Amino acid sequence: MTTTAPAHAARPIDTSATIPPTKVDLGTIAVVPTRHWWRWTLSALLLFVVAQFVWSLFTNDRYMWGTFAQYFFAEPVLIGIGYTLTLTAISAVVGFALGTLLALARLSASPLVSSVAWGYIWFFRSVPLVVQIIVWYNLGYLYPTLGLGTPFTTDFWIVEFPTVQLVSAFAAAILGLGLHQAAYSAEIIRGGLVSVDPGQHEAAAALGIPASRRLFRIILPQAMRSIVPNATNEVIGLVKGASVVFVIAIPELFYAVQVIYNRNSRVIPLLLVAVVWYTIITTILSVAQYYIERHYARGSARALPPTPIERARRWVSTQWARLGDAPPGGTDATRPVTAKGADA
Amino acid sequence: MSVATATRGLVEIHNVHKSFHGVEVLKGIDLTVQPGEVVALLGPSGSGKSTLLRTINHLETVDAGSVTVDGEFIGYELRHGKLHELHEREILRRRTRVGIVFQNFHLFPHLTALENVTEAPVALKRLSKDDARELALGLLDRVGLSDKADAYPRQLSGGQQQRVAIARALALKPQVLLFDEPTSALDPELVGEVLDVIRDLAKLGTTLVIVTHEIGFAREVADRVVFLDQGRVVEQGTPDEVLGRPQHPRTREFLAKVLG
Repeated sequence: MTTTAPAHAARPIDTSATIPPTKVDLGTIAVVPTRHWWRWTLSALLLFVVAQFVWSLFTNDRYMWGTFAQYFFAEPVLIGIGYTLTLTAISAVVGFALGTLLALARLSASPLVSSVAWGYIWFFRSVPLVVQIIVWYNLGYLYPTLGLGTPFTTDFWIVEFPTVQLVSAFAAAILGLGLHQAAYSAEIIRGGLVSVDPGQHEAAAALGIPASRRLFRIILPQAMRSIVPNATNEVIGLVKGASVVFVIAIPELFYAVQVIYNRNSRVIPLLLVAVVWYTIITTILSVAQYYIERHYARGSARALPPTPIERARRWVSTQWARLGDAPPGGTDATRPVTAKGADA
Repeated sequence: MSVATATRGLVEIHNVHKSFHGVEVLKGIDLTVQPGEVVALLGPSGSGKSTLLRTINHLETVDAGSVTVDGEFIGYELRHGKLHELHEREILRRRTRVGIVFQNFHLFPHLTALENVTEAPVALKRLSKDDARELALGLLDRVGLSDKADAYPRQLSGGQQQRVAIARALALKPQVLLFDEPTSALDPELVGEVLDVIRDLAKLGTTLVIVTHEIGFAREVADRVVFLDQGRVVEQGTPDEVLGRPQHPRTREFLAKVLG
């Protein structure tokens, strides 16, 4: 890829030569940018604080980086990550699938359907997640057995299960996280759907496009632009929300490090193991978010800005071309051209 | 009411009433548009002309009266002397014989010009993807946009967007085409290109009902001009009659304002 020279770079060189130096030529006059003193001061201050912190990371041996390294890839930690990711994935799928249904139900013309959806959202947003998980885990106290049989009785003559067997710790975690998530996702999805211009609905209906296709092909892709940032927030929230299930002894990431530091008392380095892993997962999700948003931004701008990778590649190729090309001080297109620079 | 059998694109509007929140915007409209006829609906804003247009393809329901296209109700079925409201699927099927072009285009912004045009025929399983593509390229060519097939709506000018919207409406080969102020959202220099396309359609024998403020265009293209005021048809006739020798004071007043 080659650099395209900014338009002003091609300015004729001879103008400054023909004009007496005392007279200002508005065609080639240099522009002095505003100096942002406060911005610079603040930047310097922030840089100092960050540097100070980084210095402490290296010099304060209470961080015990050796212990950190020792446990970073420890088996219980890796298994914990597996649990965390599995819980997140399943409850995200459950949450967003159910959330979509709830969002559509809330937008339904039937007052009963929309009230039920409203009620669900109201209730599941009211009860703290950790309480929900414990209640699901202990469902057996409320309903010792679950099954199918005669309505309004506990005579389950078709099938019957002991609740404890049906709702394992893992199932309780999924139920808690998934149903809780559905309430939040429903509002995010509904928000996205109502943000689409009603004219889109009308245009699609006028063309005779069936309701389901109208939703999935016309409305939802446009709604995704506002759904994706919020939905990613929620998924990232779930990654960390999954740490709540340590209360029912599922060995996810946070539980795993707790077990280890309860044994060896090295609390900080082990919490750091968890922190760094959570950061890595969040980073991956954030990158994914960037590309998903970009996908749904199709047609939203005349041209999409380059991705960071494209920008980096362009920069490298420019620098590379520079090295190979003209001697320094030559006709370098990227160099700002001022009246002074025209003497070459 | 006469129920035509062999006609294509006959619109019959009979004693239509419509209120929004207690305000009656259509107060008993009667209007028949013959197959192939080009009718311009004129009137001051709030006269009910857009609402009337939208009742033709059942985007707006009516409180009383009836609207039929080729003798068939779009939203209802006449059985045993009663109008039974149809299920959405059937309404959608019947609606496709009437195309509509909106003031603000309402193109699907996440689909290219080509995809906007192919969407309906593919969604309704009328054409395969390839056939729809073929048809769409032909239609885009007809509105002078064959080079913009892969552009997204936001990459097009208003006039170009409206022409894509016309191509999209034509993709279902409607017998009746409705235009709801098709040039009102356009910059003045872009109006002409859209009117050119509509002018071509008028020659091809599709029934056109056009709500417009372009008096000159109405005079040139319309077979009949219908002037509405406060939910009633005040005056109708050939462009020469209504625009040249208006009888009703409201028509005169309106024309005086519009023509300056």
